[in-house]
Amino acid sequence: MNAIEAVNAHLVLASRFENIEVAERALHDLCATAGCDGEQLYWVVTALREAMANAVGHGNRLQPERKVHVDLSVDSSAVTIRIDDEGEGFDPSLIPDPTVPENLLRPSGRGIFYMQQFMNRVQFSRTPGGGTSVLMVKHLQPTTRSAENEKPSPRSR
Amino acid sequence: MKSQVRDRGDVRIVELSGKITIGSGDVKIRELIDEALAAGKKNIVLDLAGVSTIDSSGIGEMVACYTTVTKKGGHLKLLRLSPKINDILQVTQLITVFEVFDDEAEAVRSYG
Repeated sequence: MNAIEAVNAHLVLASRFENIEVAERALHDLCATAGCDGEQLYWVVTALREAMANAVGHGNRLQPERKVHVDLSVDSSAVTIRIDDEGEGFDPSLIPDPTVPENLLRPSGRGIFYMQQFMNRVQFSRTPGGGTSVLMVKHLQPTTRSAENEKPSPRSR
Repeated sequence: MKSQVRDRGDVRIVELSGKITIGSGDVKIRELIDEALAAGKKNIVLDLAGVSTIDSSGIGEMVACYTTVTKKGGHLKLLRLSPKINDILQVTQLITVFEVFDDEAEAVRSYG
């Protein structure tokens, strides 16, 4: 991918799961503009969807008057995503490791794990209003790789 | 998410396609499994060949269904994972929980 200037988008969305699709479409559009590789994009979109689901469901508790603020930035070297909710915040260190045997059959608690696996950087903080802000960065590989060549070591994606 | 259901003997085959994601596909899986159990079908194969995306809610619902079916004395098995779905099951370690097949006839035979 040739070096390009960053393309950006800022979305303010009502807290509905349907709006995950809106954020996904916006990211697809930016990445198409930036020429982001489709294989890498798949995993970035997966992380975006998890962060959106957390903001809508856990953060804003599906209250439509509470908004989800989405900032997307794509350039030739990285995809950067920040998602802020208007909830009460939480401590991500309290989320148990979903891959240890005693947690494998838990039906929930894998969202943050997904994000951490598929992005190079995932950082949680508090918004000024007390909600949760998550910043995620994915460094883009300069060459296209096919799904068949991908190994199941997510941080390589 | 779309689904098609058919039976091969005592085995219920549930073909899924599209997205299994929060607020839609995850709920649908639960309904399909409940329908199978209500019909007396405890041996269930989820054919995931057409599934493009599965988020953590979809994975969580599959795990919940696995537990439900197992408690009823049945077995929930997976068929035809795409490379990406396989990757997700690998990183979540759930590949160690689910029995996975590439061939439907082999999956059906596994129930003995």
